[in-house]
Amino acid sequence: MVRVTLDNISKFFGKVRAVVDLNLEIDDGEFVAFLGPSGCGKTTTLLMVAGIYRPSRGRILFDNEDVTDLPPKDRNIGMVFQSYALYPHMSVYDNIAFPLKLKKEPQREIDKKVREIARLLRIDELLDRKPAQLSGGQKQRVALGRALVKEPDVLLLDEPLSNLDAQLRILMRAEIKRLQKELRITTIYVTHDQVEAMTMADRIAVMNKGRLQQYADPQTLYNKPANIFVASFIGSPPMNLIEGELEAPDDNSVFFVSSGIKLKLPNVPPNVAKDGQREVVLGVRPEDLQMVGPGDADKEETLEGSIYVVEPLGKEFLINVQVGDHVLKMLVPADGMPEAGQRIRIRPNFSKIHLFDKKSQKALL
Amino acid sequence: MGRTGEDIRKRIARARLERMMVIAVVILVAVVPAIPIWLMYGWIISQSFSGKVILGILPTDLTLDNWRFLWSPIKMGEKEYPNIWPITINTLALALTVSGLVVFVSSLSGYALSRMEFKGRTALMQFIIALHAFPSVILLIALFVILNKLGLYGKGFVTLVGIALIKAGLEIPMATWIIKGFFDNIPWDLEWAALVDGASRWKVWRTVILPLVLPGIAAVSIFSFLSGWSEFLLVFTYVAQEEYYTLPVMIYYMIGEFIHIDWGMLAALGLFYAIPTLIFFSVSQKVLLRIYVGGVKG
Repeated sequence: MVRVTLDNISKFFGKVRAVVDLNLEIDDGEFVAFLGPSGCGKTTTLLMVAGIYRPSRGRILFDNEDVTDLPPKDRNIGMVFQSYALYPHMSVYDNIAFPLKLKKEPQREIDKKVREIARLLRIDELLDRKPAQLSGGQKQRVALGRALVKEPDVLLLDEPLSNLDAQLRILMRAEIKRLQKELRITTIYVTHDQVEAMTMADRIAVMNKGRLQQYADPQTLYNKPANIFVASFIGSPPMNLIEGELEAPDDNSVFFVSSGIKLKLPNVPPNVAKDGQREVVLGVRPEDLQMVGPGDADKEETLEGSIYVVEPLGKEFLINVQVGDHVLKMLVPADGMPEAGQRIRIRPNFSKIHLFDKKSQKALL
Repeated sequence: MGRTGEDIRKRIARARLERMMVIAVVILVAVVPAIPIWLMYGWIISQSFSGKVILGILPTDLTLDNWRFLWSPIKMGEKEYPNIWPITINTLALALTVSGLVVFVSSLSGYALSRMEFKGRTALMQFIIALHAFPSVILLIALFVILNKLGLYGKGFVTLVGIALIKAGLEIPMATWIIKGFFDNIPWDLEWAALVDGASRWKVWRTVILPLVLPGIAAVSIFSFLSGWSEFLLVFTYVAQEEYYTLPVMIYYMIGEFIHIDWGMLAALGLFYAIPTLIFFSVSQKVLLRIYVGGVKG
């Protein structure tokens, strides 16, 4: 097990800047997810850690040892590819044994380890089959077995669940997490699925356009997103984001103003609205909005709108509310069926709202 | 608005007619041109086993006399040709050497062109295609000079080695392109997986990539073997001594030098000439069909 340090690495493919000045530290035994939309540079980063790509700039350290120029075969890494990349001409047994054979381990040792890992992953029945005869989930386990059998220092997983069906994905999610905790292998997990990242990782590195957006534990990412990108990417249904302006008419009140909306923000210190006016983006998660009765709250702290459409989710309703020119999504407990067109009054939970500067996109609170 | 029974019957009749026309076209295009070819095979087989044939195809008697070249020297008129076996071995040696060289070089160069980024890669690929545009006829004189300078001309068996080199050189460009196509189809993931698993690039090529392009290698080896086996022009031009002839050249001499041609023996010789080709083809086409899929998609 090692600690992995990415020291200011960049990767350029011709004019394309795939990864730019990435600094990251992954602790010994930690489970880190790289999260971002496709093309954000997360897989490129993974391949640099694996030694397949050489960084254009910067260094990669394993336990303070510079491995930037070390070929992949000497890095003791296990990797699972999105396509699984099983060797189609070899049996499951030979696939798993391949890394050990390359290490020139004695035959008896190889056999023991292959059977052990096959039992752990419950694929010991499949050892004689060829990859073409396996289902997606089985292939995935074989790929995992091949990565784990050599007892790697670092485990790299590149969207390993994306080819599985939804049910199997949830199952494997838990299984991979348990396996990682059990074996305590430093793990990097690449995914574009925020639920996967949130549920599995100790820490998440959110990336976009080759740059690191935020690196924190899942709870912090959710509650304190550093910028608009993170705020919109994390959470499902996504956060409501409304463009508008901050106005501070006097020293002790701040208003958020947008087309058809004027909302008093009681928790926001007036100095956030510098010079009395500032272009911002207001963010409220759907579960942080609630319906209020006419006399329940200060009218300035509520928004009035009409129900646009209701999406029942079973446990909750996802209500789309038209407020001014905006449609806000709110999650409410499922009791009584709200009707489309109905006028309602909603109030955000002011301790959980987010404000971002429109120009720099960064969080203000 | 329903269709009347008559209307439906009419439509069915038209559909039937269309289907029959399709079959007629298939027969016309695919079967009819094959008939003369099959007739020729029929002729060559029946001719080789009989003394006289009626209407060119019906054998009258059964004899192995036409196959006498297998156990005795070939005699035509006054002229006696060398025994068939050394000639066959010459031909086989030439074909196998060509095939071996082509497979060895093209599987490496195809991999390099498919997988490695280097300056001038595209230009090189275009250049390789252009190489294939030269038929060996226009190279005869230049090649003669080169063979002579290298001391590969007029030295008996060594000349055959020289010819194998030329022939391989002419085949390699196309073979490289064919094999490159097969390498292109192998996902990078597989190669990366093997690298991460602890293999060197060479080892990856040998243990993971090469087994997956076996169909391509089979294709290339068939084509290069056949082209070596049937090479006429180069052997005809450069080989002076009879004992280093190959089968095509010998068959040519047997047709060309006599007024009275022993058709029976010629047919037997032709059939004999086709046997290794058939064997080689039937063995390697199995590999050709065994194209690996799966293991990549979920």
